[in-house]
Amino acid sequence: MFFQLIASGVAIGATYALMALAMVIIYKTSEVLNFAQGDMAMLSAFIAFMLLTSQGLGFATAFALALAFAFFLGAFLEFAFLRRAKEPTVLGLIIITLGLEMVIYGLASWKWGGDQKDFPFPVSDFETYNLGGGVVMSQLNLVTLAVALALMLMLFLFFSYTKVGVAMKATQQNESAARLMGIRVNRVLMLTWGISSVVGAAAAFLIAPTDTLDPNLMWTPQLKGFSAAVLGGMTSLPGAVGGGFLLGVIENLFGGYVSVEFKSVVAFAVIVLVLCFKPSGLFAKHYVRKV
Amino acid sequence: MLEVKNIETLYGLVMALRGVSLKLEEGKITAILGANGAGKSTIIKTIMGMIEDQPDKGTILLDDKTIAHKDTEWIVRQGLAYVPEGRQVFDELTVQENLMMGAYTRRGPTVRQDLTRVYGLFPRLSERARQLAGTLSGGEQQMLAMGRALMMRPRIMFLDEPSLGLSPLLVREIFATIARINQEDGTTILLVEQNAAMALGVCHHGYVMENGRFVLAGTPAELLADEDVREFYLGIKSEVSVKGFQRYKRKKRWR
Repeated sequence: MFFQLIASGVAIGATYALMALAMVIIYKTSEVLNFAQGDMAMLSAFIAFMLLTSQGLGFATAFALALAFAFFLGAFLEFAFLRRAKEPTVLGLIIITLGLEMVIYGLASWKWGGDQKDFPFPVSDFETYNLGGGVVMSQLNLVTLAVALALMLMLFLFFSYTKVGVAMKATQQNESAARLMGIRVNRVLMLTWGISSVVGAAAAFLIAPTDTLDPNLMWTPQLKGFSAAVLGGMTSLPGAVGGGFLLGVIENLFGGYVSVEFKSVVAFAVIVLVLCFKPSGLFAKHYVRKV
Repeated sequence: MLEVKNIETLYGLVMALRGVSLKLEEGKITAILGANGAGKSTIIKTIMGMIEDQPDKGTILLDDKTIAHKDTEWIVRQGLAYVPEGRQVFDELTVQENLMMGAYTRRGPTVRQDLTRVYGLFPRLSERARQLAGTLSGGEQQMLAMGRALMMRPRIMFLDEPSLGLSPLLVREIFATIARINQEDGTTILLVEQNAAMALGVCHHGYVMENGRFVLAGTPAELLADEDVREFYLGIKSEVSVKGFQRYKRKKRWR
């Protein structure tokens, strides 16, 4: 029972980790909490749904196109709304993302309606594998885990070894110095939003088949992702990943041993506890500036 | 080369530059001396397009084409590199990543060559290539900031107070490197300094700045001979009373 809870916790945690990563990528560059994150992902999931059902495309093409859509959606929102803010403050930008969240939610409800739809997915949630030791994982869980890990690895490689990835980190650390290197900071910000949106969309594709597709799809995962990000210290990508997995496991253990009804409250308890006792997050290995 | 004509820069309502004209000679080191708040750094920041909507008046010409009111990113690509005051290295990138960011706008095998060259100029950096820049000492960060600018292969390099907060020995080392860069690469250098003695030691031409204006210009020899410069910038007192203490304070004559 214990190992089973941990295993399914890890599988759930993988989606939280992706949402947390998506939020952290934007937060790190601009200190903006993107409240539209979940609904941007939800919209991308609806696009995938539309391509799969009414356009009748195959899974690979549909998902690839929907991810491309997610990238352009993120880049577009940054370009069209956040960049237009005159003398932007962090608070002002956060309010803009809240507005975007409502607009996207409204758009999705208007286009596809509020009723719950089945999201077609190539792997099943009911086909299970016995991993030994009494641990059973569904095919979907395993795929979720694999996709999430692959995405994380790609992000890690991108930020460590590509010129653009390192330039993004440089921009995060010192924007004016980045400009002095000839880095086009505006483009970097746009790219940040695009990448973050893709990561969020991937999470949405993995979450939708476990649930039903409707405009509220990403509401809970976004909050879970946010708590995972706080747990990881908000500014660290590995922290967000660790926070996501940890939150998934804690939540599942709590659900298994203490109370199923209060399972979803755990995430918020985690936020409060972390902010009270270790506001820099559990995994923050932040370089302390010399004064 | 770079020519600045009568620029005026405002910070809100405060006028920081009150009509500054300056001409950089190709392959030479020019120094601007002056006290805190004289507007030395503002000149460079205005040229680099780092102050929004400035200069308010005047023109900045690079090869007879205006570069005023352009984006910093664009100006950098024209071959102007700025080593900012207070180093401004990327704290959480390694030394090598910092240097590679300097070469962000370039590609090709020459980048590798320049990396070796920078490590040759600053051997201390090559020892610490994998270390995070934020953990370096002040002097090492200054070297890193200079190396990072060199990685752009700039035509003109602006150095803002490279001696700030460094030990006298290290200051001498940094200035020797500045002279070497100028000689070996033929890079045109504009140096902004409070340490007048060091700056006049390496430059070919100097300006003295006060309250947003140039008050004096000349070769280092001329400036060193000037009584005001001697007293107010080099700290060599010229008038001492018979009793051995200073009876009055000299007034500057250039105003």
